[in-house]
Amino acid sequence: MQLLTGARQAFAVAAIACAVWTVQPIASGQNDNSPVPARPDDRVIAHVLNRIGFGPRPGDLERVRRLGLSAYIERQLRPGTIEDAGMAARLAGLGTLTKSTRELADSYFIPAQMARREQQRQQAQGSSATNPEAARPRMDPSGMDAVRSERTVMLELSEQKILRAIYSERQLQEVMVDFWFNHFNVFAGKGPTRLYLIEYERDVIRPHALGTFRDLLQATAESPAMLFYLDNWQSAAPPGAQTMDAIPGPRTRQARRRPGLAPPRAPGAAPQAAATRRPRGLNENYARELMELHTLGVDGGYTQKDVQEVARAFTGWTIANPRQGGGFFFNPRMHDAGGKVVLGQRTGAGGAKSDGERVLDILAAHPSTARHLATKLARRFVADDPPAALVERAARRFRETGGDIREVVRTIVISPEFFAPAAYRVKTKTPFEFVVSAVRATSLDAVEARPLVQALRALGMPLYMCQPPTGYADRSEAWVNAGALLNRMNFALAVTGRMGNARVPGARAAPAPIASGEAMVRSVMAGDVSETTAATVARATTPAQGAALVLGSPDFQKR
Amino acid sequence: MVSRRVFLKNGGLALVSLGFAPEFLARTAAASAARRKVLVTIFQRGAVDGLNMIVPFGERDYYAARPSIAIAPPGSGNGAALDLDGFFGMHPRLAPLKPLYDAGQLAVVHASGSPDGTRSHFDAQDYMETATPGVKSTRDGWLNRYLHAREHGSATPFRAVALAPQLPRTLQGTAPAMAIGQIGQFGIRAGMATERVETSFEAEYAAAANAVLQQTGKEAFDAIRMLRSADPQRYTPANGAEYPRSGYGEALKQIAQLIKADVGLEVAFAESGNWDHHVNEGAAVGQLAARLDDFARGLGALVKDLGDRMADVVILTMSEFGRAVEENGNRGTDHGHGNAMMIVGGGVRGGKVYGTWPGLAREQRYEGRDLAVTTDFRTVFAEVVRGHLDLSDASAVFPGFQGPTRVGVIG
Repeated sequence: MQLLTGARQAFAVAAIACAVWTVQPIASGQNDNSPVPARPDDRVIAHVLNRIGFGPRPGDLERVRRLGLSAYIERQLRPGTIEDAGMAARLAGLGTLTKSTRELADSYFIPAQMARREQQRQQAQGSSATNPEAARPRMDPSGMDAVRSERTVMLELSEQKILRAIYSERQLQEVMVDFWFNHFNVFAGKGPTRLYLIEYERDVIRPHALGTFRDLLQATAESPAMLFYLDNWQSAAPPGAQTMDAIPGPRTRQARRRPGLAPPRAPGAAPQAAATRRPRGLNENYARELMELHTLGVDGGYTQKDVQEVARAFTGWTIANPRQGGGFFFNPRMHDAGGKVVLGQRTGAGGAKSDGERVLDILAAHPSTARHLATKLARRFVADDPPAALVERAARRFRETGGDIREVVRTIVISPEFFAPAAYRVKTKTPFEFVVSAVRATSLDAVEARPLVQALRALGMPLYMCQPPTGYADRSEAWVNAGALLNRMNFALAVTGRMGNARVPGARAAPAPIASGEAMVRSVMAGDVSETTAATVARATTPAQGAALVLGSPDFQKR
Repeated sequence: MVSRRVFLKNGGLALVSLGFAPEFLARTAAASAARRKVLVTIFQRGAVDGLNMIVPFGERDYYAARPSIAIAPPGSGNGAALDLDGFFGMHPRLAPLKPLYDAGQLAVVHASGSPDGTRSHFDAQDYMETATPGVKSTRDGWLNRYLHAREHGSATPFRAVALAPQLPRTLQGTAPAMAIGQIGQFGIRAGMATERVETSFEAEYAAAANAVLQQTGKEAFDAIRMLRSADPQRYTPANGAEYPRSGYGEALKQIAQLIKADVGLEVAFAESGNWDHHVNEGAAVGQLAARLDDFARGLGALVKDLGDRMADVVILTMSEFGRAVEENGNRGTDHGHGNAMMIVGGGVRGGKVYGTWPGLAREQRYEGRDLAVTTDFRTVFAEVVRGHLDLSDASAVFPGFQGPTRVGVIG
């Protein structure tokens, strides 16, 4: 058995490396038109649950079998049809999630900002005036409260992400929200970006996760989170360029600034705040990442000149009352009104906001975009180096449907390549996938999410804290190294030990006993573990230890 | 024969024998007797503004291009550059490094960088970490290829370590390398059951069907045993060295610990982030200044802490590209091209700014806007690999590289 498993795995890896995919029927009696097995064995069901969701809970294999694998996939593709009331109850205690950005700004960010500014003011008066970045004076207690309470916003957002991934019945939707957030990554650590994160995930990413790519693209382009993160909010027509006349609309921040609240400076920023002057000049950051990462891909066929032209098109896409929760605002006085040529296509002069929208049209419809997104999606669902034929079909589907994400995902997850045995267990779980799948496997009913948020930091994947616009890697090499594996084993011990006993305040009675390792092998791993893993689990001295030896095993690191 | 990771090449499967070598202590002793050379690389992610880090104060165009963020020339009071050679100066917050320069232990290579013109962080970091500019398909990092090129029988699991939560591209590849967030936390933590659980996990990974997981697991358990015998929990930096309390400072401190513990460290990697100052970069004070302060205090502490051991150590700093010569509309700088690298160590011919200075006048710039590159970063890498790490033929580490392999900073 050991040898057979090894050989199968080796074959799988070799097959992927060569992009040679042998497609074989998996079960007899299947529908001729569909590669989805009609009578799947446990391994096939576990494969589906590992790929379009965050892995099986005990009992899931049986539930899916009863429902039918095709029906399960179809329902997951239409999350609105899945009853998920339990999720709302679990999130009810996280009060910040439903607040508007403006409310979050008023209740959390502005008080914390003022506390920090007060601290800076004291610092400036102190002996360290020549060294504004040096150790700061202590904050007073009310200031500390404000800063602490600001932190709960990020924490609740992170808890929400973990709880949904663990407990939502709409598993594919959560996979897609994670995928698109990572694709359109923004970094909570960059200036006021974090103020907009709840809104960004809730109102920008989530509604379009299985929708139309063009809509998602526009939503991100107009989102203050992205405008801050990639600096476009400050990008203005270069000196000498023709701008547009002022039109009525929200004023710039100088006019509407609230009393006593100057725009905050990053710790250690120059004392002469540039933010008090009108921005001038182009900033190419968004334009470049829009093409390289969000749409065309790095080899998608654009030039430095295109970057500049796109940057000009997006001048004036800015934020009203930034740092106070203001929303998107097109500022004609910042907009470069001249004509632009983007990827060989000309926009007329004076297009105002429609210049940027025209660019988004061009990019969303470009064949390079279809290929880039098809590749990334196939990588998420099938293999690090997905089969070329599958990518090609998914890209074609993207073009045929005008970028209908649901249809592209459907093409991938009901493909022969998806169900080919060569695809099984070839993906290495990211730390997030590992943590979530581990908690699901334990079937702990009420887990406290906060320690999981911290665990992800230790595992090298802090939520919302991925600094580069590339997002986190979705390839095995990025996550497999000796230190990372030890961290995973330790997490397995923690979640089956201490952490597993923690409960959400107010949750149901006593914590249910954790599933034993042997039960987990059957009900979560579909029995598909090495003989050694099965043997060490059988020798465990406690059920919790056995469970840890499953979750930390090499078998469980793959999905 | 040292164990090697099973690896894939050209779509085929190459199985390499996995020999167990459990005599860790013996190997450690051997490693320490040989006093292997150590290379510490520091990646300044986000593209540090090299023109404000190593300031060309002798250039009129420098001041013309940066009305609000330029560093004043030496002798102009508080916040002035620290004179290096009458033309270049260090940012005032690099003061902890100035004595190293003066003592001839620190060299700068200015106007160095990539022959590829990309201004994408992602691409440029990728190119620098793989050392194959313009080639995106390279799978392994240059330091991993070096590890291959210099395989030897006394290698330990600590041969190549990134003090980081994730293994950087530089060290990714088929040669064993490991990322450690905190060396004090390294090991299995299961209370009373630790020994039993450790044994069980080790058995599981030894039997893993996936070859990479199997070999990586072996590295992990080997490493636990070595570190246990080295006991890094109790550590006081030597010579009064004080590391900044940043993640980067912590990483450097742990690198010093590993070097002094003689666990066989040969290649170490640390990174320093937050250099992408498009807005409000600041000058002598401000955002960049704060980052340089952290950077220099960390580097200075590492050198101080290592003391005499610096004779065997070279520290190399790099950043994916420099920043535009002219400040942008937000008192920041946009992505540029050429940058400055630093090399510190006992064998370094320091006290000098190396490289051909291309000038900053518009017609001297790369594409009319950025500092031009006159030294390929691979030239500097290659010199360190040849001159410090004693690899006579570095062609496998830098495939396709035809340029010079020597600037003159080492030996």
